[in-house]
Amino acid sequence: MSALIRDGKVIDENWQWIEGDVPRVVERLEAGELLMLPLGVWLAQRPRLDPLCAGVWLGPDDALEALLPWLADVPLVAIHFPLFTDGRGYSLAHLLRRRHGYTGELRAIGDVLVDQLALMAQCGFNSFSLRADQPPAAALAALVGGLRSPWPGSAVP
Amino acid sequence: MYRYKQADQRLVEDRVAQFRDQMTRFLDGRLGEDEFRPLRLQNGLYVQRHAPMLRVAIPYGTLAAYQLRKLADIARRFDRGYGHFTTRCNIQFNWVRLEEAPDILAELAAVQMHAIQTSGNCIRNITTDPFAGVAADELFDPRPYCEIVRQWSTLAPEFLFLPRKFKIAFAGGVEDDRAAVRFHDIGALARVADDGRVGFEIFVGGGLGRTPMVGRTIRDFLPREELLNYFEAILRVYNRHGRRDNKYKARIKILVKDLTLEGFTREVEDEWAWTRGGPGCISDATFREMEAFFARHDYAPAPADDPGYLAALDGERAFARWVERNVSPHREPGYAVVTLSLKKTGVPPGDATAEQMDGVAELAERFSAGEIRVSHEQNLVLPHVARRDLPALWQGVRALGLATPNIGLLTDLVCCPGGDFCSLANARSIPVAAAIQQRFDDLDYLFDLGPLELNMSGCVNACGHHHIGHIGILGVDKNNEEWYQVTLGGREGRHAALGRVIGPSFAAGQIPDVIADLLKVYVGARHEGEIFIDTVERVGLDAFKARVYGGAA
Repeated sequence: MSALIRDGKVIDENWQWIEGDVPRVVERLEAGELLMLPLGVWLAQRPRLDPLCAGVWLGPDDALEALLPWLADVPLVAIHFPLFTDGRGYSLAHLLRRRHGYTGELRAIGDVLVDQLALMAQCGFNSFSLRADQPPAAALAALVGGLRSPWPGSAVP
Repeated sequence: MYRYKQADQRLVEDRVAQFRDQMTRFLDGRLGEDEFRPLRLQNGLYVQRHAPMLRVAIPYGTLAAYQLRKLADIARRFDRGYGHFTTRCNIQFNWVRLEEAPDILAELAAVQMHAIQTSGNCIRNITTDPFAGVAADELFDPRPYCEIVRQWSTLAPEFLFLPRKFKIAFAGGVEDDRAAVRFHDIGALARVADDGRVGFEIFVGGGLGRTPMVGRTIRDFLPREELLNYFEAILRVYNRHGRRDNKYKARIKILVKDLTLEGFTREVEDEWAWTRGGPGCISDATFREMEAFFARHDYAPAPADDPGYLAALDGERAFARWVERNVSPHREPGYAVVTLSLKKTGVPPGDATAEQMDGVAELAERFSAGEIRVSHEQNLVLPHVARRDLPALWQGVRALGLATPNIGLLTDLVCCPGGDFCSLANARSIPVAAAIQQRFDDLDYLFDLGPLELNMSGCVNACGHHHIGHIGILGVDKNNEEWYQVTLGGREGRHAALGRVIGPSFAAGQIPDVIADLLKVYVGARHEGEIFIDTVERVGLDAFKARVYGGAA
């Protein structure tokens, strides 16, 4: 069971990660389930979605431009790290936060490890769904004690 | 020189604590090998053939005497009494113990040094001309810009997990590029616009390795305040779109090739359009602050025609030869830039013992304002020497065994550690280098041959920069035997070119004869005053091939 950290606290998982195109997402959302949908599904279903319950997740090579018109309404954007060494998600996070002004929850999912959390936070992530073997206490400590680039303005404020 | 601020110092200290914790977790099994690997690489720690290797950063090749003493101290206490200066202006310790790496980093932090980002798929140590700030032919001093980019790229959170390593170099001269900027992922060459604005020509997609390419100009003139906005745009396009499925196709040069220069440029310019003129611009105050760190050293007036110096030139042939090859013009009258050769015959190129490092530190304090540079040709440079001190300095350098008068000559060869140390290598390079140095030990002959760059790598990763040697040697593996491929015509600088293979490869023992044949063709064909590479370019490869292969190739 992987732990979830949001805004510096360990919290209970509230969103279900829907990995592919599964049936009845609209009905499930209407029934009050909190679902993170793949970008393609989210875009296809968008007119019928309850905006408060439909989170969206991006893969590292998804074009986030399609999501931009609705950024103000999206309750959760997650970015998937298929491997912790795949750094594309850092750029996506930076763009969402700094360039496009996304202020909602931005979550790292997938191969999310303690030693990268501070970097992720500096790129704008504020929630982290840790890989199952990662100890939550160490994760919290890593978020407090992260090193920073000496260059002012390198991190998302 | 740049002096650490509190934030810089705290960072290197915190980094030690962070890495110590990571090492502890690795050793007790809480951190797996795969998870630890990128972390240790980002702290310069490789697992090598015999022992772990620690690569220490020397930002843009600049060292203070007290820092060089610390490197000597580390060589003595944690290694076998020597270190290896690399073509990236760093130093490598080849015999460290894994568990001691955090202790070494702590020693380094105490003298404002570290090993951050000397390896891994991130922005590596920034390099520049070893004569930066003192060269007589410089447009402006690139070091303040190197320092800005050093700070910006250090732990830049967005760019620590790039598709592959990323190398940046600056050069401040127009005529003579001594930093090989066209062979970097990003190269920046000083430019001053017609209206007096300061900026850079930007090259992208250059590099050696298994797919060598000369960098292409992506922007003729980038105003200096946009430097980081523009670099960020390049890095972001690369981070998002560079290939990650094949490490041999993951460098930015492949992305530039796949998108075409025009396509890649469009992506970068679109990205830059978002940040151009914005808060990421570097302020004039920042430039002034950085320039102040590198402000010209306060040179006491020194005569260019000091009688003692002139007398030594006249009376001592060995001194005169050393001055001819190892002493370069300085922008300040009466001063000189002195190169100490780490290419003595029989010593692996780039290696220096702890005693030599201590000795150089002392000479730097006596004669060069306490400053030392490391060149990408793997030599050391004393940048601020009064000409009248040259005779005394020469005596000191000679006593250390660093006065070989061969800078820029055949035996000043560039060479990676090769199969003796490196686990990537296909072949050994050091014994071949030694054989070449022994064969061509006659100074009269070397001086007659004139400037000639010979570069050698033990494998296609090209740490020895063989592609840009006038003569290049590449170690290859054929059925578990070491063979050596020879290239001709590589060149750095304004007329950058990649060497071309002359034909089938050779056994190690044949290499000195092959070089001798190439040199004979040159000596026979050269015009008055024409250097080797110019003759190669003028007459083409065929004459050389015919001589080496007897018409068989």
